Amino acid sequence: MDNPYDIHPATIVEKIREAEDITTHRVQLVDKQVRQQFRFAAGQFNMVYLFGVGEVAISIVSDPDEPEFLDHTIRAVGRVTKAIADLQPGDALGIRGPFGQGWPLEEARGRNVVIVTGGLGCAPAVGAIEYIFRRREQYGSVKILHGVKTPHDLLYRERFDKWRRAHDTEVLLTSDQPDKTWRYHIGVVTELFECVSIDSAKSIVLMCGPEIMMRLGVPILMRRGIPATAIYVSLERHMECGIGLCGHCQMGPYFLCKDGPVMRYDRVEPWLGRVGV
Amino acid sequence: MAVPGHSVALPRAELQRLLDALSAKGYRLVGPTLRDGSIVWETIQHVSDLPIGWRDHQEPGRYRLEQTSSNEIFGVVHGPQSLKPFTFAPREPLVQIERSRDGFTARPTLPHSEKVAVIGARACDLAGLIIQDRIFLKDIHRDPYYAARREGLFVIAVNCTRALSTCFCASMETGPRTKSGFDLALTEIDDQLLIEAESEAGVDLLSALSLSPATHEVIGEAAARVDACARNQVRRVDRTGLPQALYAAHEHPRWDDVAVRCLACANCTMVCPTCFCHKVEETPDLSHQHTAHARLWDSCFTEEHGYIHGKNIRQTTKDRYRMWLTHKLASWIDQFGTSGCVGCGRCITWCPVGIDVTEELPALLRPGEQQPATSSQ
Repeated sequence: MDNPYDIHPATIVEKIREAEDITTHRVQLVDKQVRQQFRFAAGQFNMVYLFGVGEVAISIVSDPDEPEFLDHTIRAVGRVTKAIADLQPGDALGIRGPFGQGWPLEEARGRNVVIVTGGLGCAPAVGAIEYIFRRREQYGSVKILHGVKTPHDLLYRERFDKWRRAHDTEVLLTSDQPDKTWRYHIGVVTELFECVSIDSAKSIVLMCGPEIMMRLGVPILMRRGIPATAIYVSLERHMECGIGLCGHCQMGPYFLCKDGPVMRYDRVEPWLGRVGV
Repeated sequence: MAVPGHSVALPRAELQRLLDALSAKGYRLVGPTLRDGSIVWETIQHVSDLPIGWRDHQEPGRYRLEQTSSNEIFGVVHGPQSLKPFTFAPREPLVQIERSRDGFTARPTLPHSEKVAVIGARACDLAGLIIQDRIFLKDIHRDPYYAARREGLFVIAVNCTRALSTCFCASMETGPRTKSGFDLALTEIDDQLLIEAESEAGVDLLSALSLSPATHEVIGEAAARVDACARNQVRRVDRTGLPQALYAAHEHPRWDDVAVRCLACANCTMVCPTCFCHKVEETPDLSHQHTAHARLWDSCFTEEHGYIHGKNIRQTTKDRYRMWLTHKLASWIDQFGTSGCVGCGRCITWCPVGIDVTEELPALLRPGEQQPATSSQ
């Protein structure tokens, strides 16, 4: 893209309602040439634009081998995301991107993959899991550990059930504020580490969720012999440009929009949990 | 440094010839002018538009202009603006968007590359320009808006022969002698102007003026006065081991101390020649048929800068001041291979409460009573 600020019109072709305030919009870029040249990696994001309202950074959760359609899972929490969530198929959006560094899914080929997610913000991890399941034979065992606060926060129930049934795959769910209907583990997600065997030499860990989950969880994994260089975290900061210029997404020496949002843990370890960083 | 043959001398009374030559080449001339008790860049036609005989006095939180009886043209060192507004516009329209029958069309609104000749930029301003060139032109994406404005810029720098009390460029190794990035550099020595050309455009312009080569005496005197200016600087920053020491000072009690004084007004970031943070703004018109996307200077001192749905990464003034200073003098080096501070002293002068970076840094690097690390989450 010559001008990284240029906005490319796109049309919503399908709207998938994931939960009360979570929507996936499948969009198609209008310009044929732009569409054909658009390539992305799992974990990268687009700046998604709504006419007259503004832009917001949203990760692309669809398969990178099918760039004709781009899925963006949006949680309606702010001015722009609420307006975008209200859109319907046929409505127009704008796309700038793709930006950032995605998941190390090439590097993970042939290895066991442990995916640790917490809370509602696991859309980028869902993209990575779906990517692996479409190429299941290329990866070793897959363990998905997901924690929510209350059972009500558990999204993608059907997907978790689907993944659970897959070969050589474990899915562990936990809630730290369960109700009577909850039939899985009780506690926070890091407690699930005790429930699985992890081959520390063969595994790669992908984490997405609150930073406190990473800060408390990673030392436990490292004590079990997993090196920090085999642990990847997807981080979140305010982003306005996507190209490391607007300054908002800084974390220590990094611009998470261009150096991240997926970062190898050893690189961000000194900065995670530092107040005001 | 200037050597005979590459440098020419122009009687101070004839500076207009240089301005006319630039005008003849199609440049809009911009120079320092007096306004509201300060100095701002304005379009000029004549040497008399410049603040002849005026001098600035700068101290923490204080800027005063004084009229003298001299004919000094470049007696004022600098006002609040660096070269930044010429290339990184305070408000840059990015894209014009029109509603269409089935959606919208977007059209980037690149600025036209205007030929602008700025006279009176200082070594610190040029150091700032070179840092911003690195950020906007030599990163993963080349910023086409900055590039268009930068292309037409012709810089006539002025070597400083008088240090303000707030200057510390010598310790940052950015001045007071201009190093690079200029087209022409002037040194005012009484009634003479020593002129050196760096760029091809600068050499062309000088040759068209057919001036006599500068004498050894003039060159020697210019060098002596610029050297004296460096020696006369009373403020300095010791950069030894600075990035690591500043990172290590994250929990230093001095941050609490400075946060009590800091108003989080963002003045320091607005006058800084290198600060590049910006926000993107959407401004639809009343018909809701047209809208414009523009970027505006932003500051890490604002409430919104660190905001992300439901939480603020930098909630307190302490967090924001620490972000600014640590970025400027530590993480900037990791990001761009250079310090983000050029030693111009503007953040000291234009701080309403006179917070002085050259005073805060040593205080932060002295062992303080370390507080236990606390968590934001």
